[in-house]
Amino acid sequence: MFDFSIVTNWFDTLLRSAMPSWAAILIECVVVGLIIITLYACFAIFLIYFERKICAFFQCRLGPNRVGKWGLLQVFADVFKMLTKEIIFMKNTDRLIYVIAPVMVILSSMLTFSCIPWNKGAEILDFNVGVFFFLAASSLGIVGILLAGIGSQNKYSLIGAMRAGAQIISYELSIGMTMLAMIALTGTMQFSAIVEGQADCWNIVKGHVPAIIAFIIYMIAGNAECNRGPFDMPEAESELTAGYHTEYSGMGFGFYYLAEYLNLFICACIATTIFLGGWMPLHIGVAGFDGVMDAIPGFVWFVVKAVFVTFLLMWERWTFPRLRIDQLLNLEWKYLIPISMGNLVLMALISEFGLHF
Amino acid sequence: MNAESVIFYILAFLILAFSVLTVTTKRIIRSAMFLFFTLLGTAGLYFLMGYTFLGSVQMMVYAGGIVVLFVFSILLTSSNGEKLVRLKTGKIFAAAVTCLLGAAIVLFIIITHHFTGAITDAVPSEQLISISTIGHQMLSFDKYGYVLPFEAVSVLLLACIVAGIIIARKR
Repeated sequence: MFDFSIVTNWFDTLLRSAMPSWAAILIECVVVGLIIITLYACFAIFLIYFERKICAFFQCRLGPNRVGKWGLLQVFADVFKMLTKEIIFMKNTDRLIYVIAPVMVILSSMLTFSCIPWNKGAEILDFNVGVFFFLAASSLGIVGILLAGIGSQNKYSLIGAMRAGAQIISYELSIGMTMLAMIALTGTMQFSAIVEGQADCWNIVKGHVPAIIAFIIYMIAGNAECNRGPFDMPEAESELTAGYHTEYSGMGFGFYYLAEYLNLFICACIATTIFLGGWMPLHIGVAGFDGVMDAIPGFVWFVVKAVFVTFLLMWERWTFPRLRIDQLLNLEWKYLIPISMGNLVLMALISEFGLHF
Repeated sequence: MNAESVIFYILAFLILAFSVLTVTTKRIIRSAMFLFFTLLGTAGLYFLMGYTFLGSVQMMVYAGGIVVLFVFSILLTSSNGEKLVRLKTGKIFAAAVTCLLGAAIVLFIIITHHFTGAITDAVPSEQLISISTIGHQMLSFDKYGYVLPFEAVSVLLLACIVAGIIIARKR
């Protein structure tokens, strides 16, 4: 398996030999930051195109096919359109909050994005409480959404923000519960160690019944956490125009749009890391087959699995009808939380008595 | 001056600046936003010292939980964009006396406390306290165990839940 830390160590020693250590750290931070932003933008472009095509195929349409071959340049055209749009400030908006709120949403999304383990040795933020830090960082985005709603001084925005707040805070609980169940199985909270522990067998197979229950709950709660259908009540356009980002135009709206897609992808990446073995290749115990699988680099495995989970999430979005807000909260508090609590106990018993594979 | 102390000074400046802004701003919602940044800065200090667990807790409980609670209660109680009215002189005087007293106590403790050599180097990841150690410590009833505060907090939370249900169901 290709170890990416060779590259990073080489770069580190190269810089340290040429300059004092603080300058080396500064340059490394800037380079890593640029890499994060570039990856973020690239995945956003890919995901928006992917979603539009998938949505079109689910609805028996063709999707974008005019700009470039198969509509490949459609997203670039959309981005340029959005960049040239005027950012409109309403008279009664609280300017400071109005401007800062989308940045806070993007910030939280980027923090969670940098927790993702791409390859062996290619983790950006990787320390002992990685999973917990991920949950903490993802809970920051809600403040941006609430402030957007209250700063816009608009009743649709306000109701949208309230719904988003209630929804995200509720569904965070079951995401936390499912992650706790998987931590009970792996025995560590460090993302790299979780992936290392799945070298012989992926967690979804290793933890059998409770792991599969946890995976299903995670897929439901993940879609709700990203404010996507069937849980897109905060921006239900038939009743709330556009929810909390009604007053945003141009790139202000663009930031929310970007964060929504990237949060979907981050959700898929974490599902990949925790349930589907991260960058670990598929092994079936036959030497020849395993050798071929090992030859594929880790980050290819990771991205392919993550895109597959993204596809599952989009499938879910375009298949089920939208829930009402009370049904949505009922689903979480009366069904998902009791099930995930029971699941946590079951997983604890299974890992304590060694009943997993 | 090494890289850690530069980061420390930047964080300290941000915390101080946002703390001042929190109490001086005229709009209560902006106040909540600045408080959010202050709490995030404090989480940054914990991360700088290598207390990753404490830093994450700070982010989750204070920045992600308490500030959301504040914003929700502002949303529900005050009419939008309402500016704070000027307080009466008597109230300002009382607040000033309380602040000075608090500052005097904190300064007294800081000055009389003999600080051992400050640890400025970042803790390498191998020396970070593992999450299982924290978990065991949280539920241990040995000499430095935390089982009593842990249980006390759970009783408090139970009381909060019961109170919430009683307020919510009016029949």
